Amino acid sequence: SGGMLAAALLLLLLAAGPWPGPGPVPVRAGRDALREELLLSPLPDGDPRGTRWGGQGLTLPAVSHYRLFPKALGRLVAALGVRELHLALTQGFWRTRVWGQPPLQAPAGAELWVWFQPTVTDVDKAWEELSNILSGIFCASLNFIDSTNTVTPTASFKPLGLANGTDHHLLRYAVLPREVVCTENLTPWKKLLPCGSKAGLAVLLKAERLFHSSYHSQAVHIRPICRDASCLAVSWELRQTLTVVFDTFSSGQGKKDWSLFKMFSRTLTDACPLASQSKVYVDISPKNKEKELLEVAPPPTSVHEAIVQGDKRTYAVYDLLSPSVFNTSRSLNVQLKWKRPQDSLDLPTPILHAQRYVSGYGLQTGEISTLIYNTHPYRAFPVILLETVPWYLRLYVHTLTIITKGKENKPSYIHYQPAQDRRRPHLLEMLIQLPANSVTKITIQFERALLKWTEYTPDPNHGFYVSSSVLSALVPSVIAMKDVDVEQSPLFTSLFPSSDGSSYFVRLYTEPLLVNLPTPDFSMPYNVICLTCTVVAVCYGSFYNLLTRTFHVEEPSRGGLAKRLANIIRKFRGVPPL
Amino acid sequence: ITDVLTAVALYLAIQDFNKVVFKKQKLLIELDKYAPDVAELIRTPMEMHYIPLKVALFYLLNPYTVMSCVAKSTCAINNTVIAFFILATIKGSAFLSAVFLALATYQSLYPLTLFAPALLYLLQRQFIPIKLKSKSFWLYTMQYATLYLCSLVVIICLSFFLLNSWDFIPSVYGFILSVPDLTPNIGLFWYFFAEMFEHFSLFFVCVFQINVFFYTIPLAIKLKEHPMFFMFVQIAIISIFKSYPTVGDIALYMAFLPVWSHLYRFLRNIFILSCVLIVCSLLFPVLWHLWIYAGSANSNFYYAITLTFNIGQILLISDYFYAFLRREYYLTHGLHFTRQDGTEAMLVLK
Repeated sequence: SGGMLAAALLLLLLAAGPWPGPGPVPVRAGRDALREELLLSPLPDGDPRGTRWGGQGLTLPAVSHYRLFPKALGRLVAALGVRELHLALTQGFWRTRVWGQPPLQAPAGAELWVWFQPTVTDVDKAWEELSNILSGIFCASLNFIDSTNTVTPTASFKPLGLANGTDHHLLRYAVLPREVVCTENLTPWKKLLPCGSKAGLAVLLKAERLFHSSYHSQAVHIRPICRDASCLAVSWELRQTLTVVFDTFSSGQGKKDWSLFKMFSRTLTDACPLASQSKVYVDISPKNKEKELLEVAPPPTSVHEAIVQGDKRTYAVYDLLSPSVFNTSRSLNVQLKWKRPQDSLDLPTPILHAQRYVSGYGLQTGEISTLIYNTHPYRAFPVILLETVPWYLRLYVHTLTIITKGKENKPSYIHYQPAQDRRRPHLLEMLIQLPANSVTKITIQFERALLKWTEYTPDPNHGFYVSSSVLSALVPSVIAMKDVDVEQSPLFTSLFPSSDGSSYFVRLYTEPLLVNLPTPDFSMPYNVICLTCTVVAVCYGSFYNLLTRTFHVEEPSRGGLAKRLANIIRKFRGVPPL
Repeated sequence: ITDVLTAVALYLAIQDFNKVVFKKQKLLIELDKYAPDVAELIRTPMEMHYIPLKVALFYLLNPYTVMSCVAKSTCAINNTVIAFFILATIKGSAFLSAVFLALATYQSLYPLTLFAPALLYLLQRQFIPIKLKSKSFWLYTMQYATLYLCSLVVIICLSFFLLNSWDFIPSVYGFILSVPDLTPNIGLFWYFFAEMFEHFSLFFVCVFQINVFFYTIPLAIKLKEHPMFFMFVQIAIISIFKSYPTVGDIALYMAFLPVWSHLYRFLRNIFILSCVLIVCSLLFPVLWHLWIYAGSANSNFYYAITLTFNIGQILLISDYFYAFLRREYYLTHGLHFTRQDGTEAMLVLK
C-alpha cells in the first residue's frame, strides 16, 4: 500500500487585547501575536499528514487598529455579537480507524457553529446575517444555512473559549454536507493570513497539490482566551487550520520516503516576518517502543516530546526563526526517510471510533444505524451523540434502540426535538455510557416523504445528504498528561481545554449518509394539472347534468342532414328508411 | 370493535329507514300520486326484509373495511361516529344527531356538509314543509343549528382545556385545509400539489376545498324530498374529494348500496364501473410496489390508477343518481310512454 502523509497546518493567531466588558477599560497598545506551525506526521499506510496551525491577534476595543487580525472577521464578530465562531470546510472523510485520532476533525462539507454574546436579542436574525456574510467572505454557499438545517444543541458543543454562563439558546449549529470545497475557498482563507502566501509557512499552500489529496479540511476558529495564566485580561484568538492527508503513493512517487518538496512542490524559504513563532514539527515517534524508524534531514533544531491524545509522541522541531536553519541553504526541505523499508506503521487502534450507515430497501422506509466502538481495555466512559436528521426523513423515535454487548443500554440523558415540516430538522442528543471494550449499536427507523417538485435539487436521483452525527467524549488516556503552559506547548495540542490530566477531549464525526427519496415525474406539471382538473370536471359535469335537467319524452325529430342522406342511401339499397 | 359498532348502527338505521320508506310509499299510493302502471316498481316488504342485513354484511365483509381495520386506521372511528349520526337522525332525535355530527366534524371538517341532509330528514319527519317563508321551518332549522354549534363549541373548548392552547386548530384543521403533506394516497390531491407551481398553490387549494362543499346546496334543492339519498351522495362526494381519502371512507358509502338495489334495472354502466373499481383496487398495491420498491415504474403509473379509480367512483355515484331520478320519474308518470303516433318513446334529459 502506498504512503500517506498527513500534513496539518495550524495557524494560530493569538489576539491579545482587552475584552470589551463593562466599565472603562484602559486601552493599551495591542500586542498582536502570530504563531505558525506545521505538523507533519506519517500515517499507517504511510500517508503523510500535514497539519498547519496558525493564529492571529486582535486588539479590542481599539477596533480601528487592525494589525495582524483580519479586519473582515474582526468587524464581523464585533457587529454581530459573536462570542465564538467555528467554521470548517472539508472535502473527504477522516478514516479514524486507519489513521488514528485526528487533531481536529470536521464533517464533510461546511460546518458552522457559533456562540453568541448574551447581549444579542434576536439570535436567529444574527445567525442568518452571520451565515450570509461568511458566505461572502469565504466564497462558500453558506447562505443555504436556514432554519431547516440549523439546530440548537443542548449538551454538545460547549464553548471552547472562556465562558461564564452557557445558555444553550445562544448556540447555533448547522452543517451543509453537500458543500464542495475547492480552490476558490482556499484563496480567501489564505488572504486572511498576515503574510498571505508570500512568506512563512503559507508559501507551501499550492492549491493543485493541496486538493490532490484524500482529505482536505480548512477551518477558522475564533474564541476568547485568557491572555496569561492569571486571566486578568481577555483577548480574541483566531485560529486558522488546514489539515491535508496526502497520498504519496498515488501522487506518483511510489516510494515511502517523502519530503516537503515532494508533497507541496515548494520548500520553505523564510519565516513570516510578522510571526513571533514559526515552527515545523515532524512526528518521529517510535512505534512499538523500538528505536526510531524514521530519519529526518536536515537535522532538527530540537526534539520535543509531548503527550498528545493520550499517547507519547516525539517531534523533531525546526524553528524557522532561529538563524541556524537557513544558514547553509536558502531553503528548508525537510526530508523523511524510512530506516527499515517496508515496515507498515501500526498506529494503535483509537480508543473511540464510530461508523454510521443506512439500511433498508425501497423508497419508503429505512433505518439509520450507528456503531460506536470503545477499544479501551478496562475503562468505560460516556459519550454524547448528536444527530441532526432533515425533516423529510421522518424519524420514528419509538423504534430507537441502543444495544451494547447484546443487552439494551439506556441513555442517561435524551433530548429529542421532533422536526416540523419545512421548518426545522430532527435533533436527537443522547448521553450513552460505553462499557470497556465494547461495540454499541444505535438504530432508528425512518420514513421518507414526498417533496414538492420545486424542493428537489437539480439532480434528485443523486439523493439527499444526512449530515454527520457528532460524538463528543472525554476519553481516558493511557498515559497521564501533565498540565503544561499554554504558551510553550505546540498549538495543535491546545485547542481543546482539558480539565485534568487523565482524559482528553475528542470530537468525532461519522460518515454523512446519502438517502434517496421518491421522486415525482418532473416533466409532468402541465399534464397533471390537466388530468386532475379533467376528473373534477367529469364529476362536475355529470352532477350538473343530473341536477339541472329533467326527464322529457323525446320528440320525434324530422331528421337532420345526416339522416336524410342515410335515407337516400337506404332507398338505393332497397332497405326501409330510418 | 368500532367496525362492529358501525355495522350494528347501520343495521338499525336501515331497518328504521325501510319502515319510513314503506310508510311513505303507502301514503303516496293512497294519495294517488303514482301513475297506474307502475306496479312493478313499488317496493314490497318481502324484498325489503333482508336489506338491513345486507347493509351490515356489506360493510363488515367489504375488503376495504378489512384493510382499514388491519391497518389500524382511525377511519374506523370516523365511520362509527357517522353511522351513529345516521342512526340518530333516522330515529328522529335531533339532539343526539347534532352531537354526533359535531363529533364527526370535530374529527375532520368535511361532515359539516352532512348537516343539510340531516336537517331535511328531520324536517320531513316532523312534517314541516320546506318553504322559505314558513316560520316553523326556520324555527326548527335554528333549533337544530344551535344544538349542533353548541355541541361543536363544547367539544373544541374541551380540547382547549386539555391542551391549554389553541395550537391544535391550525395543526388539525389547517392541515386538512392546506394539504401540506404529500404522501401518496388514493386521492387526487397529492400529485397535483407535488407538481404545482408555488405561485398557484393557494388558489388551487381553495378551489379543491370549495369543490367538496359546493355540491351541498344544489343537491339539497334537487333532493329535498329524498334526504337519505342525499346523505348517501354527500358521503360519497366527501370520500372522493376530501384532502386525504382512505379506503375506509369508501367502505362507508358502499355499505349503503343495498338500500338502493331496486335501482338495478336503471343503472346504465354498472358492469364496467364495477370492473374498473375492482381492477384498480388490485392494481394499486402492484404499482405502488413497482414505484417504491422495484424502482421500475414511475410515480405516473400510480397516479394514473388514482385517476381511474376516482373516475370510477364518480361515475358510480352519478349512475346511481341517474337511476334514482329516472325511477322517480317513472313512478309519477308511468312506465310506458307512447308518442302521438303510438310508438314507444325514449326518455332523455333535457
